[in-house]
Amino acid sequence: MKIKIGAGILVFFTLMAVFGPLLIGADPAATSDDGLQGPSAAHWLGTTQTGQDILTQIVYGARVSMGVGLLSAVIANVFAVAVGLVGGYLGGAVDEVLSVLTNIFLVLPALPLIIVLAGYLPQRGVASVAVVIAVTGWAWGARVLRAQTLSVRRRDFVQAARASGEGAFRIIFFEILPVLLPVIATSFLATVVAAILAEAGLSFLGLADLSTVSWGSMLYFAQNGQALLIGAWWWFIPPGLCIALIGTGLALVNFGIDEIANPRLRTVKTVKVKART
Amino acid sequence: MRFLARRLGFYLLTAWAAVTLNFLIPRLMPGDPVELLVARMKGNVDPAAIDAMRRAFGISDANLWQQYLDYLGNLAQGELGRSITFFPTEVSTVIADSLPWTVGLVGVATLISYLVGTSLGVLMAWKRGTWLDGVLPAATFMHAVPYFWVALALVFVFGVTLQWFPVSRAYGLAVMPGFTGEFAGSVLYHAALPAVTIVVASMADRILGMRNVMVTTLGEDYVVMAEAKGLTSRRVMWAYAARNAILPNITSFALSLGFVVGGSVLTEIVFSYPGIGSMLLKGVENEDFPLMQGIFLVISLAVLVANFLADLAYVVLDPRTRQESE
Repeated sequence: MKIKIGAGILVFFTLMAVFGPLLIGADPAATSDDGLQGPSAAHWLGTTQTGQDILTQIVYGARVSMGVGLLSAVIANVFAVAVGLVGGYLGGAVDEVLSVLTNIFLVLPALPLIIVLAGYLPQRGVASVAVVIAVTGWAWGARVLRAQTLSVRRRDFVQAARASGEGAFRIIFFEILPVLLPVIATSFLATVVAAILAEAGLSFLGLADLSTVSWGSMLYFAQNGQALLIGAWWWFIPPGLCIALIGTGLALVNFGIDEIANPRLRTVKTVKVKART
Repeated sequence: MRFLARRLGFYLLTAWAAVTLNFLIPRLMPGDPVELLVARMKGNVDPAAIDAMRRAFGISDANLWQQYLDYLGNLAQGELGRSITFFPTEVSTVIADSLPWTVGLVGVATLISYLVGTSLGVLMAWKRGTWLDGVLPAATFMHAVPYFWVALALVFVFGVTLQWFPVSRAYGLAVMPGFTGEFAGSVLYHAALPAVTIVVASMADRILGMRNVMVTTLGEDYVVMAEAKGLTSRRVMWAYAARNAILPNITSFALSLGFVVGGSVLTEIVFSYPGIGSMLLKGVENEDFPLMQGIFLVISLAVLVANFLADLAYVVLDPRTRQESE
């Protein structure tokens, strides 16, 4: 059930990002004379100070926000898989070094590091922002994957592969990797949320590409346009709500997977009656 | 105390990594930071200022290794360079002025969020199948909400619309800072909304994490045994189940600290709270790299210290880490 609701939310936002701009067709940056209008039939979600349509911005912003999130998560996970699997399989000194590296990046506060890195970027395009976010986003996945690799390493099929003379590279990426795909998938989903949040935070500080419309840059302009003091709630509520909803969708899918793996986590009454009184 | 010594060693290594990253970032990123700065200011820079900046960044003709040693030497004396925004104030002075506000606000808020969130998680696992399960969807939603967006929403509702709480600054304009009841009251009043933001935004992780571990723990034999012995529910819940379930929870809490601090930094900006976060925004707006890097370093060190405190709590709670015999 959780997975279905979560997947539903994700499908909705994906469709919105892919097909939304085609349906709307308007320019999200186009200004008009209807500044700071509340939601109405003409502008479903109202307008900004310069008369930009908020719904149009939300739909176009989905592309950038989700795009950065996905791209960043792909980069981070490729790195996480490499570090986690290689360290976990090889063990020894290589594993020690990679583990320490992983733990260091796990403890260092991500956002301040991203801010410093983004500050030095000569051009803050979508791709470079995604790379910067990925720099801090790989450690958690690497740690989880390393732990899983340690347990898979001892299984028979890996021993068999080693006995038949397969090289370490082939064992890691063709024998172990496919078995860990579900783990990689959950870690990927969690990274997407973190990356979307990081992109929003960067844009909110004015450190991402502000010429493209993203949910984060919408919040930046709402904050700097004094949307709060004017009472223009329709300007800043929708972008944050979209971010939180995507996060909810991804979390529901992940929790759903957890509950399949660990049935006790489910919210049912039967177990409780037996365990109490 | 082998456990603590090992952790301490790791934190020292991490602190060194943060310092080295700070040194390497300006040198590894494409382009010269000073030229980048001059270009952003469209050439309106005094050549003397350019020279001062070059020195502030420690960029000289010396080889990289010598630069690194100089940098470490300066750092050991608490020298973080001069801020461009507040020129010629030292970065360390700017940070020293704003750090107490952040430590106070984020420290107290994080503690409240941890205590309330963990207790709620314990209760929700214990009373599984009751109305308390209704908190789950809300927690799932709050778990991914951007901190600064919660801040914006709270400011809009309680600050602007209802006007119950002030929406900026750390104390009232009419109040003189000092050890007076009036000042303390004003500080608390002004910290209320930012603190609620951090508590609300960070609590969901604690609730969900604690509930999941607790549910697993409740199925353990020793919990069933405790119940069979006829101990009170309260004793079983807190002294048997929660006491054990809290260990992984502390670990995940320590790891989430960096995330909480990042969110709090953005929260401060919404409230124009005079802490590290607002300074960071000023640094970003003015391309003030020495200030941004100094703040990154200080936040990293603060998170490491907090992590070490969490380890101490772990040692108190888990007798196994105190065993000296190998």
